[in-house]
Amino acid sequence: MKVLVPVKRVIDYNVKVRVKGDGSGVDLANVKMSMNPFDEIACEAAIRMKESGAVEEVIAVSIGVKQAQETLRTALAMGCDRAILIVATDDVHTDIEPLAVAKLLKAVVDAEEPGLVICGKQAIDNDMNATGQMLSALLGWSQATFASKIDIDGDHATVKREVDGGMQSIKVKMPAVISVDLRLNEPRYASLPNIMKAKKKPLDEKTPEDYGVDVSPRLEVVKTAEPPERDAGIIVKSVDELLDKLKNEAGVI
Amino acid sequence: MAVLLLAEVDNGELNLDATAKAVTAVKPLGDVHVLCAGAKAAAAGETAATIDGVAKVLVAEDAQYGHRLAEPTAKLLVDLAGDYDHIAAPATTDAKNILPRAAALLDVMILTDVSGVIDADTFERPIYAGNAVQTVKSRDSKKVLSIRTSTFDAAGTGNSAPVETVTPAEAPGLSEWVEDHVAESDRPDLTSAGIVVSGGRGVGSEEDFKLIENLADKLGAAIGASRAAVDSGYAPNDWQVGQTGKVVAPDLYIACGISGAIQHLAGMKDSKVIVAINKDEEAPIFQVADYGLVADLFDAIPELNEKL
Ligand SMILES: Cc1cc2nc3c(=O)[nH]c(=O)nc-3n(C[C@H](O)[C@H](O)[C@H](O)COP(=O)(O)OP(=O)(O)OC[C@H]3O[C@@H](n4cnc5c(N)ncnc54)[C@H](O)[C@@H]3O)c2cc1C
Ligand SMILES: Cc1cc2nc3c(=O)[nH]c(=O)nc-3n(C[C@H](O)[C@H](O)[C@H](O)COP(=O)(O)OP(=O)(O)OC[C@H]3O[C@@H](n4cnc5c(N)ncnc54)[C@H](O)[C@@H]3O)c2cc1C
Repeated sequence: MKVLVPVKRVIDYNVKVRVKGDGSGVDLANVKMSMNPFDEIACEAAIRMKESGAVEEVIAVSIGVKQAQETLRTALAMGCDRAILIVATDDVHTDIEPLAVAKLLKAVVDAEEPGLVICGKQAIDNDMNATGQMLSALLGWSQATFASKIDIDGDHATVKREVDGGMQSIKVKMPAVISVDLRLNEPRYASLPNIMKAKKKPLDEKTPEDYGVDVSPRLEVVKTAEPPERDAGIIVKSVDELLDKLKNEAGVI
Repeated sequence: MAVLLLAEVDNGELNLDATAKAVTAVKPLGDVHVLCAGAKAAAAGETAATIDGVAKVLVAEDAQYGHRLAEPTAKLLVDLAGDYDHIAAPATTDAKNILPRAAALLDVMILTDVSGVIDADTFERPIYAGNAVQTVKSRDSKKVLSIRTSTFDAAGTGNSAPVETVTPAEAPGLSEWVEDHVAESDRPDLTSAGIVVSGGRGVGSEEDFKLIENLADKLGAAIGASRAAVDSGYAPNDWQVGQTGKVVAPDLYIACGISGAIQHLAGMKDSKVIVAINKDEEAPIFQVADYGLVADLFDAIPELNEKL
């Protein structure tokens, strides 16, 4: 079985984002970009399946700007076998919407015929939490979101999911789209020799036209603004002062 | 045209708080029709009919809707979508699972975690862990949106909207429920509690998390945790507050041994009053706290508990 892992290039999670003065978006020029942390977890899961012998090939796919090559090289250095980059825009500030991403991924699935897609539950830039579910819908496959444990058994997968009330286990028919949550695994760091080896692994470049997919956006960003700031508070000296403030100033206890 | 609102139904019971907050959010868009789907959903439908501003309740009862599996409920939404311009739901994990699937089947984009409704096509939503707020306008014929409940007040009750039943569609049969692993608790629900007491890595162990629990119980509060506390096994996953956990906005949020990473702040910075207890006076959590106490939590929390 082949496994497809979509990986997104996003602003590094340690970077504090800045909204542009003219309200047109977030400043992404010259900031550190990394693989979406959830996608590292997805890569790790797929690579472990390969190491256990359950999977023959792991293919990483990214959709976006040309620079997403770096993200794919990271995936290859972790242990993915080959990569596909769909260059859908040349402007780092243009992101492709989940619906268009899902349509492109569907086209890749049709061409590569993997038995499983493992993606992140959400990208930490736009926080949409949508792409996996949309891809699953377009393929007519089963879906298991927010996975914290995956057991594949022939034509079924049992997935433990992180949900509001705690955990839920479901059994889905293969092929399936699984989106991963934080506690599925701890992704490995790529070793230097593997980073070197990754440079020789195949990385194909495509365009949306190759797949006949229209990526024009359905949503228009009217403006991007800073959220309201909280006023700075005070430091209290003791538990007694804290209790006094909460009772008599804030009136919350 | 009317709005189809998928209610949060859990084990046959309506999550009134989340559903009533979503009603407030979508009310300006048109008549609100609330859909209650479940293996048992009639009682939830009765409760939904009492929410002020609801014009009609639709009840879909069938085994396939029992455990909120995405495939059958998304299909149900698509079957009903013809009559509606907007399809919405409170942004619970269930809705996050179901709505994008329904949107893709309708060939429209999804708007998740909507925190403001400007007009029928224009919405606000937080991005980048709440560090920016985007105003977006949809060109799609139908809008599918999940509602960030922490930013809306719950609609009142006292209404008696008509209730209709809808015929279930054929089950897609792609997935089945195996089991739930849910801890029963008498504590208030994290996303609707008036007070939340949260513990972070600074609490140090699962045993010491009892300190947080005792304080919460004294205050009648819900318990939250940072990702570090959940990853370390001090607290269960459904207590995680933050960008990738739950978003809360209680009257009082008490953060104990939490540094205040942006991913954590994303889930609690809209709280009315924030208290931080941390032994490091440089901790970023103090920048958002109304009242900061620089102290060892192992001294401060027992003292608080005793003096309350
Ligand atoms: C109204 C609106 C307008 C927008 N306009 C802009 C804009 O002007 N500028 C801007 O920067 N952004 C814009 N975006 C953001 C962008 O269109 C999408 O929201 C974003 O590409 C996908 O959402 P997400 O990354 O949050 O996906 P999620 O659904 O949260 O991602 C989940 C998973 O899907 C996979 N995945 C997602 N995207 C990719 C990808 N490109 N390649 C490979 N795998 C992927 C990954 O496995 C990821 O973990 C806009 C979004 C909206 C809603
Ligand atoms: C993709 C991604 C998603 C994430 N999502 C979330 C999320 O949803 N929610 C979330 O919370 N985090 C999230 N994080 C993690 C986040 O970046 C931080 O790592 C995390 O919030 C840190 O938790 P903490 O504050 O408990 O731990 P730390 O940062 O280690 O802070 C512990 C604090 O405790 C204090 N302390 C220690 N001992 C004591 C004592 N005895 N008394 C008083 N104070 C003490 C220390 O001074 C310190 O400030 C995410 C990260 C990533 C990459």
